Amino acid sequence: MALLTVEHLTMKFGGLVAVNDFDLALEKNEIVGLIGPNGAGKTTVFNMIAGYYTPTEGAIRFQGSSIAGQKANRITKAGIARTFQNIRLFSELSVIENVMIGYHCRIRSTFLGATLRFPLYRREEKMMVEGAMNLLREVGLEDVAREMSTSLPYGKQRRLEIARALATGPQLLLLDEPAAGMNANETQDLLQLILKLRKDYNLTVFLIEHDMKFVMEICERLKVLDYGTTIAEGTPHEIQNNPRVIEAYLGEVQRA
Amino acid sequence: MELTFFLQQMINGVALGSLYGLIAIGYTMVYGIIRLINFAHGDVMMMGCYFAYFGILMFSLPWWASFAVALLLTAALGVLMDKGAYLPVRNAPRISALITAIGVSFLLENLGLVVFGGRPKGFETPDMFNEVYEVAGLMFPALVLWTPLLTLAILGIILLIIYRTKTGRAMRCISHDMETTKLMGVDVNRIISITFAVGSAAAAAGGIMWAMRYPEINPLMGIIPGFKAFVAAVLGGIGNITGAMLGGLLLGIAEILLVALMPELAGYRDAVAFGLLILILLFRPTGLMGTKLPD
Amino acid sequence: MDPNHLRNQILSIAGTVVLLALLYVANTQGSDYTIRILNNIAIFIILAVSYNLINGVTGQFSLAPNAFVAIGSYTSALLTLTPMEKEISFIIEPCIWPLSVITLPFIVSLVAAGVVAALLALLMGFPVFRTRGDYLAIVTLGFGEVVRVIANNTQSITNGPLGLKGIADFTNIWWAWGFAIITVFLIGRMIRSSYGMAMKAVKFDQAAAEAVGINTYWHKMLAFTTSAFFQGVGGGLLAHLITTISPVLFTFFLTFNLLIIIVAGGLGSTTGAIIAAILFTWGGEALRFVEEPMDLGFIDIPGIPGMRMVIFSVILVLIMIFARQGLMGTREFNWNWVCRKLGIGGRS
Ligand SMILES: Nc1ncnc2c1ncn2[C@@H]1O[C@H](COP(=O)(O)OP(=O)(O)O)[C@@H](O)[C@H]1O
Ligand SMILES: [Mg+2]
Repeated sequence: MALLTVEHLTMKFGGLVAVNDFDLALEKNEIVGLIGPNGAGKTTVFNMIAGYYTPTEGAIRFQGSSIAGQKANRITKAGIARTFQNIRLFSELSVIENVMIGYHCRIRSTFLGATLRFPLYRREEKMMVEGAMNLLREVGLEDVAREMSTSLPYGKQRRLEIARALATGPQLLLLDEPAAGMNANETQDLLQLILKLRKDYNLTVFLIEHDMKFVMEICERLKVLDYGTTIAEGTPHEIQNNPRVIEAYLGEVQRA
Repeated sequence: MELTFFLQQMINGVALGSLYGLIAIGYTMVYGIIRLINFAHGDVMMMGCYFAYFGILMFSLPWWASFAVALLLTAALGVLMDKGAYLPVRNAPRISALITAIGVSFLLENLGLVVFGGRPKGFETPDMFNEVYEVAGLMFPALVLWTPLLTLAILGIILLIIYRTKTGRAMRCISHDMETTKLMGVDVNRIISITFAVGSAAAAAGGIMWAMRYPEINPLMGIIPGFKAFVAAVLGGIGNITGAMLGGLLLGIAEILLVALMPELAGYRDAVAFGLLILILLFRPTGLMGTKLPD
Repeated sequence: MDPNHLRNQILSIAGTVVLLALLYVANTQGSDYTIRILNNIAIFIILAVSYNLINGVTGQFSLAPNAFVAIGSYTSALLTLTPMEKEISFIIEPCIWPLSVITLPFIVSLVAAGVVAALLALLMGFPVFRTRGDYLAIVTLGFGEVVRVIANNTQSITNGPLGLKGIADFTNIWWAWGFAIITVFLIGRMIRSSYGMAMKAVKFDQAAAEAVGINTYWHKMLAFTTSAFFQGVGGGLLAHLITTISPVLFTFFLTFNLLIIIVAGGLGSTTGAIIAAILFTWGGEALRFVEEPMDLGFIDIPGIPGMRMVIFSVILVLIMIFARQGLMGTREFNWNWVCRKLGIGGRS
């Protein structure tokens, strides 16, 4: 059974059809890419899967149960974590706190237990700190753990956001333009990182990205959106040679 | 219930509601243009009353001249408030602007206490408004009939400004998209000040009629009508001027009817506005601001 | 997590002991006036630190602390007044049963004050947290007003506008400061726990908080009810300090005072709230002279009530324009910093 299935997903904003009849089936451990020109509706697809928008029509099933229209925090707890196109870190928290907070939704300590620091909370706090440190090590940020998250350079902020998402214990990771604003070296590191994370955490990855080299290299399958409609899907090789895609998407890149 | 009694109460409600509406216009214009709940708006209204009071009493102006001067002075006060307190926090977080507004509100109230004294002052109502008319067998104080008429006239003038002048067009542009309007070379800060001036003058007009109704004034008189007018603005869809007026009317009528039909609940009259506000927000939780969604 | 944890804990305990010793000296040597100001400071610390929890830490701009203080005051006063006193006070309508016959110990009445305030917050929270930002501010303001309207009108419970008189003056320096220390300790710990971190996350970025699985609604509720609990307790202490309460005590004016304190201290900083509560209470006393009649020899200035509030309002506006961070921003007192400044090294 597929990990995530999406059927006939449609999102309308007033008269604008941002996403139209979108279908998707993600198998466990896949890395699938979603590409398309700006404004094609890619982020809107993420927002529907992650619970930020209630789809106008369509079904979303995660591990067999319907999640369309559920609250974002519930969906995160169910095992879908995301990053944002415009990085959204907690600006006045330190790097490690940004990651620790990802564990908060999983602790069993009650409000009172945490305030009074009962033994259970002490254990869980220790687990949060250690887990966060591990994740920071994993993404190469352990040496800046105590710094303020906003003092980090752009590329590191992106990786911190990924670490924060991982702290929630996801099975499916949604990455919205993870390589945006990175240079070629950083992009290459990111690519290796995502592959490693998939292996270490047994992840399924669904990502949006404009960097074609990156997408073609990392994704096993691609879907292409244009004006909300899926115009192509297949392996990177098939997509590269699809005339409709070249017209809609690669054409735009050349124009720009 | 007797029909005449009902009619009488309705007309009272309309008169009271017009006042809420007049004050609500200032809230709604300012919110529409810079998304600020001008907490001090009710107190601006109070200042308008004192201007009129001193015009009549100290400078022995005829009442209409004193009212006109009061409107002008209140408009000037609105501009001063904008330039002195709100302009410096224009680009600060919204909450900072709200705190500033709360500060300005307390400043005006306490300046009022210091300068005018805490004791209420009797407000001299011009004779013309004191007469009692008989219409279709019902007796009405002239004020109750004049209030809606004057209100309608003021509303008309404001709508004309907004829909028929260049300044009004600029206001509408700013409320739609301040940054773009700025880029088009409009002096945004000037337009915002004018908005404050117009809204404040309308509040003064409402306040003066309020003062004639009771007829006394005190430095804290703006608080309750200010809050209710805000609710009226929300009822009417904040940013919408005609809506604010309708919201005011609805609230005024609701209050008067509550007291008329259930006199034992008269003490809860001031809670009506709030009950309405909660109801609206239950059905439209984001108020009328919309939500900011991630991308 | 912190290698200096043990040292810091010892320093905190030592600091508390020193504070208690100073209070003891003040209590035995100080004038009534000094003791009254100290009591006021303690109560304002309780109110400000708990107000800061919802407004500063969680970023939900409530304007209803006056409602919770009022509920707390009335609850605890009604529970400690004797049946006889109630019979004398309630002249228009008799006090309803069972309130009319109950008398409970002070401490029980304080806890009850907190619990009732927290329950009210829970009820209010449902509609209130469907809104955000300045709408939330207005709705809570309205709730505060309604509580006052109800206090004015439920004659047989609150004795209406007459209020309650002859409340026993149980609140002394130990009750007031005892609860202030407990409040700061508990709220401080709460903020440092992962629940506190989640509340900060809600303040900084609600969408991102949801993305990490935080139930934003629930965390706002937790902050709101916790804050209301301590405001209720503070209200109970206040009632037994001033011994006479009536609805006019709990207008928006009270909220305004607390707002100045937390804004001046730095929205989000407990330390700032404490410092500002001290400065505000002490400063308010020190500024009393501006409202008193003055005889400058050649000219007599009559007393000007309201002058202090003019000054405070101007300060508030100036803070917003020139020093939005207040005294502390969102920083907190910590021993590591103090030790570094004093040149005492620690492990790092
Ligand atoms: N909350 C919203 N309200 C109205 N329109 C929206 C909203 N979110 C996205 N859109 C519109 O939907 C379209 C798709 O946007 P988006 O999904 O962000 O595109 P992409 O991520 O592919 O660049 C755009 O035209 C955008 O303006
Ligand atoms: Mg996008």
